Amino acid sequence: MKLLKVEIDLSALKQIKWYEYAIRFLFGGAVTVTAGLIAKRWGPELGGLFLAFPAIFPASVTLVDKKEKEKKAKAGIDGTNRGRLLAGLDAAGATLGSLGLIGFAIAVWTLIVDHPAWLVLLAATFAWMFISGVLWYLRKTKYGLRIFQSRHHQHQDISSH
Amino acid sequence: MKEMIFRFVVGGTAVCFFSALGDILKPKSFAGLLGAAPSVALATLSLTLLADGKNYAQIEARSMVLGGFAFFVYAAFVAWLLVRHESVRKRFSVLTIASSSLLVWFSVALGAFYAASRR
Repeated sequence: MKLLKVEIDLSALKQIKWYEYAIRFLFGGAVTVTAGLIAKRWGPELGGLFLAFPAIFPASVTLVDKKEKEKKAKAGIDGTNRGRLLAGLDAAGATLGSLGLIGFAIAVWTLIVDHPAWLVLLAATFAWMFISGVLWYLRKTKYGLRIFQSRHHQHQDISSH
Repeated sequence: MKEMIFRFVVGGTAVCFFSALGDILKPKSFAGLLGAAPSVALATLSLTLLADGKNYAQIEARSMVLGGFAFFVYAAFVAWLLVRHESVRKRFSVLTIASSSLLVWFSVALGAFYAASRR
């Protein structure tokens, strides 16, 4: 069984500027309020859709691209193509995470009425982590989803960064 | 109004927490999973459970399945454009691609919602 290493790099937090967190906070807050307002105005059926709205996804992938470009610029290299490829890789990761998100929703939908709420939300979060993690592992090993693999395998060099 | 402010703060905090997790994790393909973290869902459902009860939250979660499916199509579309299409990658910025592709999310989510509500 192939082992894949996932690392935690706390120093990355220092590289994030305060306004980048402010943007995420604003987007996250705005989508949560909007979801609540839509549910109040048009009912929970429509409001529920927005619980899976890609609120900060555009900002996150843009940040990935920007950071890579800045890193390359320091070395005097144009990192435009590499940054965008890395952002694409981030989006591919989010694709798997979104399947975990469906698992989260199904867990809450099927369990919430008969079980304690805190336990259901905890179990649903674990379901999201488990599904996403397993799919990521499968993608990185022999069951890799070919759709996200570049024809020229350009991203293979950058996937470990 | 108080409830809206509370929602805003809880939602913003949840999103910041999950995105900070995404920042510290390597490799990037794994950190990308956090791009689809249930941050807004956790914040909204927690507040819904407190204010409106379990049945209301159950209905929201059922619809979220369709929203999650739309997220899958949207993220796959963005990844496909950025990874597989060199001409698109060279011509447009990541922000342009990711933002304009939100139309895909809206189309799939509302289309699936319409189809499901007609059954």
